[in-house]
Amino acid sequence: MDPQRASIPAGAEAGSGRPIIRLRNVSKTFSSGTVALSGLSLDVAPGSFVSLLGPSGCGKSTALRIIAGLGDPTSGTVEWPTSKHDSSGRPEREISFVFQEPTLMPWATVFRNVWLPLRLKGISKAEASGRVMEALDLVGLAKFAGAYPRELSGGMKMRVSIARALVTRPKVLLMDEPFAALDEITRFKLNNDLLHLWETYGWTVVFVTHSVFESVYLSDRIVVMAARPGRVFEDMAIDAPYPRGDAFRTSAGYAEHCRRVSASLHAAIMSSTAGLDDHL
Amino acid sequence: MTAAASDGAAPAATGQPGRSASSGRLLRIAVPAAMMVLLVAAWQAYCTLYEVPHYILPSPLRVAQAMWTDWPILGAALIVTLKITFAALLLALVGGVALAVLMVQSRWFELALFPYAVVLQVTPIVAIAPLIIIYAPTTQQALLICAWIVAFFPVLSNTMQGLKSTDHNLLNLFELYGASRWQTLLYLKLPNALPYFLAGLRIAGGLALIAAVVAEFAAGSAGAGSGLAFRLLESQFRLNIPRLFAALILLSLTGVVIFAATSAVSHLLLRRWHESALKREN
Ligand SMILES: Nc1ncnc2c1ncn2[C@@H]1O[C@H](COP(=O)(O)OP(=O)(O)OP(=O)(O)O)[C@@H](O)[C@H]1O
Ligand SMILES: [Mg+2]
Repeated sequence: MDPQRASIPAGAEAGSGRPIIRLRNVSKTFSSGTVALSGLSLDVAPGSFVSLLGPSGCGKSTALRIIAGLGDPTSGTVEWPTSKHDSSGRPEREISFVFQEPTLMPWATVFRNVWLPLRLKGISKAEASGRVMEALDLVGLAKFAGAYPRELSGGMKMRVSIARALVTRPKVLLMDEPFAALDEITRFKLNNDLLHLWETYGWTVVFVTHSVFESVYLSDRIVVMAARPGRVFEDMAIDAPYPRGDAFRTSAGYAEHCRRVSASLHAAIMSSTAGLDDHL
Repeated sequence: MTAAASDGAAPAATGQPGRSASSGRLLRIAVPAAMMVLLVAAWQAYCTLYEVPHYILPSPLRVAQAMWTDWPILGAALIVTLKITFAALLLALVGGVALAVLMVQSRWFELALFPYAVVLQVTPIVAIAPLIIIYAPTTQQALLICAWIVAFFPVLSNTMQGLKSTDHNLLNLFELYGASRWQTLLYLKLPNALPYFLAGLRIAGGLALIAAVVAEFAAGSAGAGSGLAFRLLESQFRLNIPRLFAALILLSLTGVVIFAATSAVSHLLLRRWHESALKREN
């Protein structure tokens, strides 16, 4: 099906190592006629923390879904150059996805929701129990293992959804505004936890956010996107060293990065054909 | 509203926590019960005062008497009707769910079968019953088939609707984690369809009884295997109106019990998570 696949082994770039994810000229037009993405190209290096930053409706969620293989691009290709491919040509990627909405099963307890990815791999409840509780502990919800989603607040549901993504210990973590519904204290805590896990396990994270401050704090690279059609506006490196902590949040370097990214985001919004009025 | 105050249940308990919940439940039982006592008393008074002949409107006492003396006949008929109704309901559940799963899993099945399920459903059962009675080996089986045809459609269409209305993001999630079709069905689509299925079950329960009665009217069978519907017709021919009323009461009691039982099952299965079974707490 994929004409580009034959060239994958030869596709290694000179210099920097091969990217773990490579988007080439990806466009997506929905059946309604909305052009969500147009000519998006993006290489994600293994072990990097990339944030997609952009105004609402610029196609961030669409891009992330296409990376995950949910829905094919209208044109262009998504490649996983470093992953093995199964017999039908699909890349065997170990990815986890945190959706913009919690996306929990209302009929299942918190425990069973987090167990789901392992259960689908055939891991029994008893075997999975340790890892499920560990993931719940990480998001501070171990006490709520027996609760049903509707008994939780919006932020707690989102944390369950994050625990579900972490429980498989994925190589690639795709997160769509996972912390948008959380209060500042919890968000900072989960920011730190996520950074810690990322450093410990060497994951690759693609992180969608609205927040300039969050993206600067977390990422080593920020891809600013512009809307109508969705495209890469500016690709910025955040070269502050890790580990980053609360000292970084208050540093002059952090403020400087934020100013730079803010200016870029503003320019991206202004550059959209309809301009700011349409965005608001 | 004043019934609760005048029943003197626990005037001292006013203001105690939990009182409103338990008095709410008391009201739900006490009000309809008081209403029934009132109606029956009025009926009895009317029959006595105006000396209504019992072959036109029997008094409640006479109906109770008929229920008692004719119980060997009525009880046997009740068993027959119950058997047909519940066998039809059970088959409707199994058949309806199985067909719904098949049709949702395979578009070919849906295209091939669904129109015929609709045709079966929209053709009035009284009109098909005579044919079924000719073709079926025994009258009992004919009644069973009639009741099944009527009861299975709500189960089928509701379950299909439930299977199809699965949240797209959850479907994406299952796809992402490499779930097989079977796993997606078992862990996602079937639980999602449960509330819809249970709503179908409640409709099917009532319809199975109605269809069992209607089919028996059409069949008009006599003898040992007759159900309540035949006894009802027979009583009418013989102008044994007290027995007719007794049979009628048994039929509507059966209907009420089926409704209560299916509602209870539905509540038990959904009470932890589905909006329909949860109290609103704001
Ligand atoms: N299923 C769909 N059908 C039609 N149009 C869609 C669909 N999903 C998204 N779109 C359109 O595609 C564009 C990009 O949507 P997307 O959800 O990717 O934006 P986003 O950048 O994630 O926005 P937000 O920050 O608000 O989540 C929007 O204009 C939206 O209207
Ligand atoms: Mg989005």
